[in-house]
Order: sequence, then C-alpha cells, then structure tokens
Amino acid sequence: LLNCLWALTIMTHQFPALTPEQKKALSGIAQRIVAPGKGILAADESVGTMGSRLQRIKVENTEENRRAFREILFSSDASINQSIGGVIFFHETLYQKDSSGKPFPDVIKDKGIVVGIKLDKGTAPLAGTNGETTIQGLDGLAERCAQYKKDGADFGKWRAVLKITDTTPSTLAIQENANTLARYASICQQHGLVPIVEPEILPDGDHDLQRCQYVTEKVLAAVYKALNDHHVYLEGTLLKPNMVTAGHSCPKKYTPQEVAMATVTALHRTVPAAVPGICFLSGGQSEEEASLNLSAINQCPLPKPWKLTFSYGRALQASALAAWSGKPENKKATQEAFCKRAQINGLASKGQYIVSGKSDAAAKQSLFTASYTY
Amino acid sequence: MTHQYPALSAEQKKELSDIALRIVAPGKGILAADESVGSMAKRLNQIGVENTEENRRLYRQILFSADNRVKKCIGGVIFFHETMYQQGDDGTPFVRMIKDKGIVVGIKVDKGVVPLAGTDGETTTQGLDGLSERCAQYKKDGADFAKWRCVLKISENTPSALAIMENANVLARYASICQQNGIVPIVEPEILPDGDHDLKRCQYVTEKVLAAVYKALSDHHIYLEGTLLKPNMVTPGHACPTKYSAEEIAMATVTALRRTVPPAVPGVTFLSGGQSEEEASINLNAINNCPLARPWALTFSYGRALQASALNAWRGQRENESSATDAFMKRAEVNSLAALGKYEGSGDDSDAAGQSLYVANHAY
Repeated sequence: LLNCLWALTIMTHQFPALTPEQKKALSGIAQRIVAPGKGILAADESVGTMGSRLQRIKVENTEENRRAFREILFSSDASINQSIGGVIFFHETLYQKDSSGKPFPDVIKDKGIVVGIKLDKGTAPLAGTNGETTIQGLDGLAERCAQYKKDGADFGKWRAVLKITDTTPSTLAIQENANTLARYASICQQHGLVPIVEPEILPDGDHDLQRCQYVTEKVLAAVYKALNDHHVYLEGTLLKPNMVTAGHSCPKKYTPQEVAMATVTALHRTVPAAVPGICFLSGGQSEEEASLNLSAINQCPLPKPWKLTFSYGRALQASALAAWSGKPENKKATQEAFCKRAQINGLASKGQYIVSGKSDAAAKQSLFTASYTY
Repeated sequence: MTHQYPALSAEQKKELSDIALRIVAPGKGILAADESVGSMAKRLNQIGVENTEENRRLYRQILFSADNRVKKCIGGVIFFHETMYQQGDDGTPFVRMIKDKGIVVGIKVDKGVVPLAGTDGETTTQGLDGLSERCAQYKKDGADFAKWRCVLKISENTPSALAIMENANVLARYASICQQNGIVPIVEPEILPDGDHDLKRCQYVTEKVLAAVYKALSDHHIYLEGTLLKPNMVTPGHACPTKYSAEEIAMATVTALRRTVPPAVPGVTFLSGGQSEEEASINLNAINNCPLARPWALTFSYGRALQASALNAWRGQRENESSATDAFMKRAEVNSLAALGKYEGSGDDSDAAGQSLYVANHAY
C-alpha cells in the first residue's frame, strides 16, 4: 500500500494513454470538424429542451415531431457540408431514420459531416454550495462510448455549467466540473471519440464584461490543468466555451469588438495552441448576435492559433423552427432558413460576415481596444 | 475566486507588455551574463584566469563593448547584482552602455537552491524575502526585467509532485512581485539534462512541469503578456544512448510547448543547458523551422552557448579583447539567424537528411 501511495506521488513515467494510431485518428477527426469555414450544428436538445422549443411554435412534443424536424435539417442540400463540419445528436436521434428508412447518422455521414453524440446525463447539485452543480454521466461511460462509436459517432459532447454571482463560481465547483470534464475526455479518447469539452459559464446576472472575462480565465485555466493531469491528448479535443459577454441584466452594452477582444484575450491566456478548435456556444444570443460576435472574434488582432468557430443550437435553428411551425409544406422554407444561418456562420468563422454599412476595415480596427486594458 | 481585484492597472500592463515584446523582437534574444561569483570561478578557471572582481569586470566589458551590430541580435542582457554596479574603463556604467545600445537590462534575483526535505535530493529556490524592495531598487537602477531559476531533475523518483508544485508556486510568487514593480519576470523552470532518460521522457516531464507552472501563474493572477518563459529544450539525458536529430528535438520541444504555454506569452527564450554553441544554434534553428503553429517568439537566452568562444579567445589577455568581442558577436549573429529559422549551419547537414527525420506530431 505504501508503495502504491508513493507511486501516486510520482509523475515521472509516462504510461501512454493512447497509441500513435489512436492519436492520429482523434486528431484527424477534430481537424475535419473545424476545417476552414466549418462549425457544428448542435442538434442534441434533450426531449425536455425540445419540448420548450416546440411549444414556442405550438407543435406537440412527440417523438415523430422531433424526428420530422431533424429530418428536415439533415436532408438539406449536401452543400451544407461547406459550413457544417459536425452535428451533435441526442441519443434518441442517433437511432431514428429518415422517411426512406435511412438512419440519420448515415444521412449526415454521406454528406461528409462528422457525427457527434451528447454524453452527459445532466446536472447534479453540489451540497454546501450556493446552488452550484456538477455533471453526472461517468458511470458506464466507456461502454456507452464504445457502442456509440460502433453506431457511427466520432465525437462526444459533455456540458458542465457554472454561474456568476457574488459568491460563485466557488473553487469547489470549478475544480469538480474541471475534473469530471477531464474524466469524460479521457474515457472518450480511449474509445476513439473526440471529446468536446464544454465548461459553460451562464450569462445570467448583471455582472459586466470584465467579470465574465476574469471568471472565464480562471475556469479555463482549471480545465486545462485537469486535462493535463488526466493525460488527455489535447490535439484530439475541441473546446466549447461561452463567449465572454456581460450578464443578461448588465445595464452596460458592449460592441461585438469588445466582446471579441475580451473573449480572445481570455482564450489566449488559457487555451494551449495544441487545441485545434474552439467552437463557441451561443447561449442566449440571437442568431444575428451570435454571427456578428463570431465574425468579430475572427477579426480580433490578437494571436489566434486555434480555429474559432461555432457550435450553435438555437442560433442556427430559431428561424428554421419558426418557418416550419410543424407543417410539412414548409420544408423548403425551413431548409432555406437553416442553410442561410449555416452559411452566415461559415463566413463568420472566417471573419467574413460583415453587416453592410460597417465594412470599413480601418473603422473596425479602431474599435478594438488594446488587449492590455483587458 | 469570483471577484477580480486587479493586480495591475492598464498602464502597468502596457509597460510590461512593451518591455517583453522589445526583448523578443524578431531576430533578437537574450545574453545571459548573470553568472554568480561561484559560476564565474568555474568559467575563469577553465581559461586559467583568476576569479577577481576586476577580471569579472574586464570580461563583461568585452561582451558589452560589442558594436552596433549587436543591436539586431540581442534584445536583453541579464546581469548579476555585482555587474549592475560596475563600469567600463571610461567610467560608463555597464547598465548605461547596454541601454544606450537600445538593449533591455535584466537582473538575476533568485538566491539559489535549497533542499526540499523528504525528497530524493530535490530543491526549491529561495529569494522571496524583501524581493519587492529589491525589485523597486533594481528598477530605479535601470533594470526592466528579471530572472529566477528553478531546477528540477529527471530520475527514477523525480521530479516529485511536491517539487513540481513548490517550484511552480515560488516562480509564481516571484513573478507577481516583479510585475508589481514594473519588472518583466522571466520564468525559468529548468529540467536538468542529467541522466540517461530518452527524449519522450523529457517531453512528458516538461509537459507536466509547464502545466503546473502556468496553473500557478494563473492562480497568482500573473499578467502573461508581461512575462517570458525560459525553459529547457526537450532533449534526451546526457547519458542516453539514443541520439536524436535537431528536427526530433525541435518537434518534441514545440509539441510540449504547444500543449502547455498559452499563446498570450510573448516569447520563449530557451536556456542552452549543457549544449555546445553550435548545438544550441542548430537546435534553435530547427525549432523555428518546425512545421507546427508557434504563436510565441522562440529565441535564445544563452550563457555558455554565447560566451564559450569569447572566453577562449580572451584567456585573460587585454590584447585579445577585440577578437574575444568578435567571437561573441559571431555567436550572437548566428543565434539571431536561428531565432528566425534562417541559420544554415556551419557544418554539412544536408536538408534532405534533416527532413527525413521528422516524426509526425501524433507520435509525440
């Protein structure tokens, strides 16, 4: 026992977690997902979350309705693959089929898009904290990953949640969520799945941009230390963070350039260059806001050694849902709405989404305040 | 840790960031001339020169008398305390001589290693007591950056978690105090090349050490844009039977850095350790030709690897001073090219032979 304890304190020898072939496969998948101009469609809304979405367009939350909507998105023209590198599935959707009987994963893969799967099992409370949570889902995760890999998935996603208040996030919440993310990432990689690491800091609250940036830096530093401690192969991962924004009820308004500078500053202080891509969540942002912010991020004059792209749910689907309203005859309009947002976000991921009237490069440049004020 | 209590104002951050960028401007690196009295004894002993204060002054004068060509190659010089307050033959303070060439002055501030009880001969580094006051004084006396060296070693049982954590922490405290006083901290977590371990082992340990260093810097609220890193290159141990090419060393080194050093760090200035002058230049050049994306400047902070020939040319004789300065200038220019990835080497290394030794990144 003493020898074991002693061995635990030594980290001098490497016991390689992955072979070179495994590393190459993971790295290849990650690069494909964030290939230039591409991002991720987050279509992994749980049954409950789809319920909220469908209620808003007065559609009943049945399995068939969920299937029908996803089918419309997935059967968009193959050229969608120029803007979409990966699609995140919910478990139910992975085993559904289109009207011709073709499994959805195959529909997506045939377009050259990578299939991903949501792996976490939701939040669980952390006792003794101010309403903070961790994420469950590690039990049997290895077996689930192996099965999903067989069934067509090549990446996973796991969402940890932190919030900003006067007393949060606490050290415990940061540590615990970073640790579970690292365990999840380690298990994924053992089974050939690229883990998307998502430490979401909620936009709820009245805090300002600076506060969000500070918290984001602390959280990401903890996440990357945990990933290192757990021997995770960074080149075979992706990060899905929040952009750095003010809280929803913050009285002060910030421009996309300020959001961009705060976001890229936070990332370049914490995210190693080995990470191939950062795919932002859209949080509560509108479709247009999410695109403008992403484009500004890609124009930010700081060093950006990773791809900076999107992993959007609502910000890719809101118009499409509204156009559909549950009616099959609206299929074409739905697809057009979806493809339009996909293309716009593809441009934004290259810093090329410029709303008319703001195309003067010099004017844009001057809007970026130097990073040392952040 | 929910509220920020800003450690630095925007003006302080700008000053630190500007200093760091000046030191590692393209094609520039650092002359580490901060050998302690004891270290200088070894150097001077090797060339049969007595270790007196005057001889140390004469020797540093040789380096600091380099002509204006040196401006393009050297962004910073690290001084030892004694040297900060010495002058040239004409009475010009050394600090002035260096600053007049547009080179940034730095100062070694650590006070050497002390043992960590209960470990297998591991150490931490002392020097935190009164460090704030010392930094304030050095800043007044002309220093704009500092250096603090921590030491780790690879063996069967080391580095231990304690040694890694303690050295990372002490580096972070030092860095914090420096920045409060307008001084850019060079963070040096040296992993010694002693031993027979292979390249992979050194890479693994380097990744673990650097991850701990950057977590500690984050915990201590260090402004990364106003720091520099001075690490070892990733190399096999001196007694390792396997030989590796410069390209393999470069790939292992850059891979380790990409996995641990945030892009906000403006520059990585490698120590030369036990490498010869030519080896240190060839390796630095290979690093700057490595096909992986490198968001920081990758340059040199060399002591022996910049001075060995100069010391040999001098041998304590005044009549050799000018050829000694030339010898130093030559290495400075070579390393400047290496920092730009443009050094073609003095030997017969053919491009094709070098190229074929690249092992794809995923094997690291």
